[in-house]
Amino acid sequence: MENLAKTIGYALISLFVITNYGLVLNGIVRKIIARVHGRLGPPVWQPYLDIIKTYGKRTVISHGIMFLLGPIFRLAGGVGTYLFIPAIFGSEIFSNFSFSGDLLLVMYFIFFGQLGMALGSGEGGHPYSAIAVGRGLSQMTAFEFPFSLSVIALAIQYHTLSITDIVAAQQGGILHWTLFTNPFAVIAGVISMLGMNMYSPFDIVIAPQEIPIGPPTEMQSGLLGMLQTNRGVFNAAKLVLFMNLYFGGATNIFSMIAKTFSIYMISVIVGVAFPRFRTEQSIRFFLKVPLVIAVLAVIYVSVL
Amino acid sequence: MKKEKQSKNLILPNNDLPENERHLFCDARPQPSKILGKYVENFLNWARANSLWILGFGTGCGAIELRPLMTSRYDMFRYGIAARPTPRQSTVFIIGGYASVKTLKRIVKSYEQMQDPKFVLALGSCTINGGMYWDSYNTINRIDHYIPVDVYITGCMPRPESLIAGLDELKKRIMEGKTLGANQYAENFDWYKANQKKIIKDWNMPDFNW
Amino acid sequence: MKTLIDELKKKYELKKFTQQNEFTCFVTVSKKHAVPFITHLRDVENFTHLSLVTAVDRIEEDLFQITYILHNYQLKMDLGVRVFINRNEPVMESIHHLWKQAATYQRELKEMFGIDFPGSPGVDESLFLEGWDNIPPMRRDFDTRKYVSETYFPRKGRKTHDPATYMRNKLYPTENSQ
Repeated sequence: MENLAKTIGYALISLFVITNYGLVLNGIVRKIIARVHGRLGPPVWQPYLDIIKTYGKRTVISHGIMFLLGPIFRLAGGVGTYLFIPAIFGSEIFSNFSFSGDLLLVMYFIFFGQLGMALGSGEGGHPYSAIAVGRGLSQMTAFEFPFSLSVIALAIQYHTLSITDIVAAQQGGILHWTLFTNPFAVIAGVISMLGMNMYSPFDIVIAPQEIPIGPPTEMQSGLLGMLQTNRGVFNAAKLVLFMNLYFGGATNIFSMIAKTFSIYMISVIVGVAFPRFRTEQSIRFFLKVPLVIAVLAVIYVSVL
Repeated sequence: MKKEKQSKNLILPNNDLPENERHLFCDARPQPSKILGKYVENFLNWARANSLWILGFGTGCGAIELRPLMTSRYDMFRYGIAARPTPRQSTVFIIGGYASVKTLKRIVKSYEQMQDPKFVLALGSCTINGGMYWDSYNTINRIDHYIPVDVYITGCMPRPESLIAGLDELKKRIMEGKTLGANQYAENFDWYKANQKKIIKDWNMPDFNW
Repeated sequence: MKTLIDELKKKYELKKFTQQNEFTCFVTVSKKHAVPFITHLRDVENFTHLSLVTAVDRIEEDLFQITYILHNYQLKMDLGVRVFINRNEPVMESIHHLWKQAATYQRELKEMFGIDFPGSPGVDESLFLEGWDNIPPMRRDFDTRKYVSETYFPRKGRKTHDPATYMRNKLYPTENSQ
């Protein structure tokens, strides 16, 4: 019983830290993009103000029970993704529930959030939501190809699917990282991360000038607040996953922050420099070179 | 007797929709929302004032003065203002200039789809007394007889600096708690609706677009 | 241009010809010869571009004047064809088979003046005035000021800052009291 309370307490602390980290990261990135554009940007704590304002709306419109469940699924997907990844290797507070889950479960949770959102948006009845949901799911299917092949390559290389063991195998110096032992898998994984983070050139799903903001078109008030909170947790969770798989994991909180920030900057730098792909162009992109690199990664570790 | 009268008042007739489509639309009357306690409301008003989301609907000439605000020179993002494409998620509706009868129908539809609390900013002299188009058969003279307005910004068109000053004034009013436009709309709903229906003659929408 | 008009005068019963400036001329044609004349201009005389179709309300003579302005790319000249129709039965033949965009102009004329163009695609749909139930507003017997003061809510206290009156009141203030 005491163990249970301690575990739940640690999980809540860990979730709290990662949510704040995700929101502040969002704010910092907006500030950096603004400085690149030559202007002052919004203050770093702007995501908090947006969330407080959205939760403080006095009315909410519902289109049925599935519509209300959509953002709940999304938030559940985000929280679930995070809680099965060890954030800091060796720390008691931040190991989360990684003993009971493994890599495939985390991949499932990444997909689960988007699917729940799709069902909720479809119930809203807005035609633009339906278009965006179609785009989002087809793009997600496309980038899952190189990502899953890269994960399979890692599983073959380290003979395990548990993320804690993968991180443990990368300890002991910078040359033990997957970046240097299996570069093909890392390249394929990072390219599919660009698709996952939905910055340009893969941001057609949330394209604000084309269709009003994509799947969350009809979401307002508290429902939108849940989606915004999820944006903090989910982004940070994905970054922590990539850090653990490819870049050696983290043994203390400062190296975790430094590594995840650098990984996110890859996405942002590509995002500010490129225009947008259409859906069929992005699907074709993922099924060409990244898929070949991922297959090469699998062959590389099976042969060696 | 009073209870019956109250319950009758809560449902809108929706007379202008065809019979077979009436069940598809909600026919509840909008109600004024409760204001929370003093400290909570002050905190929420501070958050609302520093995170204004404008609806990206360019009615009339004012739209051209909104675009420079998003560029690097006038930069509205540093005030926390962002542009959202859908009325469901936005808080500020900027009425830019003259509103013809055709546009007013769409303005009313978008305004009613926004969520509480919502603010309206009226640009230009055409919204105050009709401006340059005061004697045109197709443009309205006073927008505040059709939807409640919080801040007027004079000019024809006001420059982006005036727009930023107007947004600053709106922020001050929000922090003081004086912007209760949505409640005013719900309380005087019949008067606003009568004014709107007087000039919008082909009303093929429900009485309140939820 | 004058030579061209002289050639065609007999065939299509053209009447008043005015040369507005170096590039623009106007000619009047009767209603029954109007569309054949315009077709001849487009097919034979190279007036292939339709610039404008508009109307004038001549309430004193009880007529509507419809003006078609055509442009010739070879001669670089505009020719305006004026057609007078009866104001009490405003019906005119449509030219949408010559230029597709004439359908929109004719739709506007139907809405603003009440001139009917039977056969033109979509001529009954409203362009700007949705649900208009008064007389067509561009006619001269439609009193705009009266309509505005009744329908919309004009704000009192409207001042005009006409420079002439302002300067006159400033320079000669004693006259102001008269």
